[in-house]
Amino acid sequence: MSNYKYFDHTADIGVEVTGRTRKELFVNAAGALFDVMIESKTGEKSVKQHKKITIEGADVADLLINFLRELLYLFNGEQFITISYEIIKFKNKELAVQLTGESFNNKKHVIKNEIKAVTYSGLTVERVKVGWKARIIFDV
Amino acid sequence: MSEIKLERMDDNRWLLPQTGGMRVPGIIYANEKIYQLLRGDESAKQVANVAHLPGIVNYSLAMPDVHWGYGFPIGGVAAFEMDNGIISPGGVGYDINCGCRLMTTNLTLGDIKDKLKDLTTALYQHIPSGVGSTGSVKLSGRDQKKVLEDGAAWAVKAGFGLQEDLETTEDGGAIKGADPEQVSTRAMERGKQQLGTLGSGNHFLEIEVVQEIFDEEAARVFGLRKGQIAVMIHTGSRGLGYQICDDYLALMVKHANETGIELPDRQLACAYLESGRGKNYLAAMACGANYAWANRQILMHRTREVFEKTLRLSPREVNMRLVYDVCHNIAKIEEFNIGGIMKKLCVHRKGATRAFPAGHEAVPERYRKVGQPVLIPGDMGSGSYVLVGQEKAMTETFGSACHGAGRVMSRTQAIKTSRGRSIARELAVKGVLVMAGSKGTLSEEMPEAYKNVQDVVEVMHNAGIARKVARLKSLSCIKG
Repeated sequence: MSNYKYFDHTADIGVEVTGRTRKELFVNAAGALFDVMIESKTGEKSVKQHKKITIEGADVADLLINFLRELLYLFNGEQFITISYEIIKFKNKELAVQLTGESFNNKKHVIKNEIKAVTYSGLTVERVKVGWKARIIFDV
Repeated sequence: MSEIKLERMDDNRWLLPQTGGMRVPGIIYANEKIYQLLRGDESAKQVANVAHLPGIVNYSLAMPDVHWGYGFPIGGVAAFEMDNGIISPGGVGYDINCGCRLMTTNLTLGDIKDKLKDLTTALYQHIPSGVGSTGSVKLSGRDQKKVLEDGAAWAVKAGFGLQEDLETTEDGGAIKGADPEQVSTRAMERGKQQLGTLGSGNHFLEIEVVQEIFDEEAARVFGLRKGQIAVMIHTGSRGLGYQICDDYLALMVKHANETGIELPDRQLACAYLESGRGKNYLAAMACGANYAWANRQILMHRTREVFEKTLRLSPREVNMRLVYDVCHNIAKIEEFNIGGIMKKLCVHRKGATRAFPAGHEAVPERYRKVGQPVLIPGDMGSGSYVLVGQEKAMTETFGSACHGAGRVMSRTQAIKTSRGRSIARELAVKGVLVMAGSKGTLSEEMPEAYKNVQDVVEVMHNAGIARKVARLKSLSCIKG
């Protein structure tokens, strides 16, 4: 079962993401971001790379957006596509993540949508029955 | 628009009464048809949200192409006092100085009819488009700083175009006060590769033909004649602009508590115009705006080259002249008469076009007796309108008009609706040749996803904000 779904937004793309824990919510939101942007062909080989990032935020919602903004920059600015995430540290205002990813390669990757930015618009991060839920709007 | 009640003011305006934390009321320009479309989305709520911001003057406004954006609605206009008002990066948008440029030629439909496919193909090949496209202009660090400071004038000096192009570019193609020191390394990095590119999404380059003239005198002054071939370019500041907005928005969200401003939506994060952060953003925004003008100037030059080469004509024979270049995502410091006193204000235009009337000193001299050209592209394949700014824009809308048709359908809805159809073929039947990098873009941008541009333009015309001058029909279109 997918851990995110689209919600309708006139100009942009909205996603509603869930996770059993906050950590899982963050990883699933990152997965949704790349899913909206890129389609990867199977079979094409790639060289795996690692990166460690640390993120700060005023609260959990700000932390989530700053995490996604960083991943988006790594893609737009450094052509780095993140595939997996190991959250090393998770505090209320700080996050450290070990990323594993690969460089953009037009034989393997097809860009489906250009995301200009991860917005704060209408942002919600809340506890729900199953764990955590966030609503995020990507500007496309 | 669930809980918000709008009151009809007249045939073209709806009042959003001041309630709760709103500092001023809202006004939405819409006729009955557009009003009905508004009911499906959140844009009226966004107009109300903007009215909460400190220093807002008179009204929070929305033009008839209004639709649900992030933070500010798209089609939103709001002016703020300089001494106790704010500047909001989200109120400008990620694509700083996204805008339109219209060029006319000496050619008529008969001159290019047989060569339209060749011309369009050549444009598609010579103008980099698509997601993450990189340009043919490689910039050194020093050159890039000059681009950010001098805008379109840098491009002309570097050989991309003519001095006269600057005369009919809004603000002469550069906002003063641009300071590259206020732009992050990340934004600079992204900008280095993308100068002279069209991008993706709703950005486009169209070959059009002037189909109808509504105002003979203004058309003559703008150099528009029926049957004439023209080109419209729609693009902005690419990754550099997105990064500037993103950087400053995050900074302002981070320090939101310090300003003591209560925000109904974090995307409205802002800084006082007089604060250090506010001033730094304005200086960085000017850099983004200037980059966008250089970008459109280079694309215009490439278009000239392609026309001359493909049609084997001299520059004089093609005579591609710039009618005007407008920005429609911007914040400008402009003067308006507020209660009998001329006051400097910071006008945010988020998906809105400047529409200054005859006599205004910011209107290029050659157009001053009729007013500023307002360029309104329609949905893909339907063509564009040229309007001219009216005096009423100065008293009602802080010198602003609409910027396009405005979406009515979400992208996912559009993709669903277009499933099993070929949008390119449907447009071909209508006589419009489309070349696009991705089928997804064509589906998302399908004509039905937008309001009818004619309805939007009629509201501006009937409200006396901007008068119709000419309508252009699309012949071909390239997209990312």
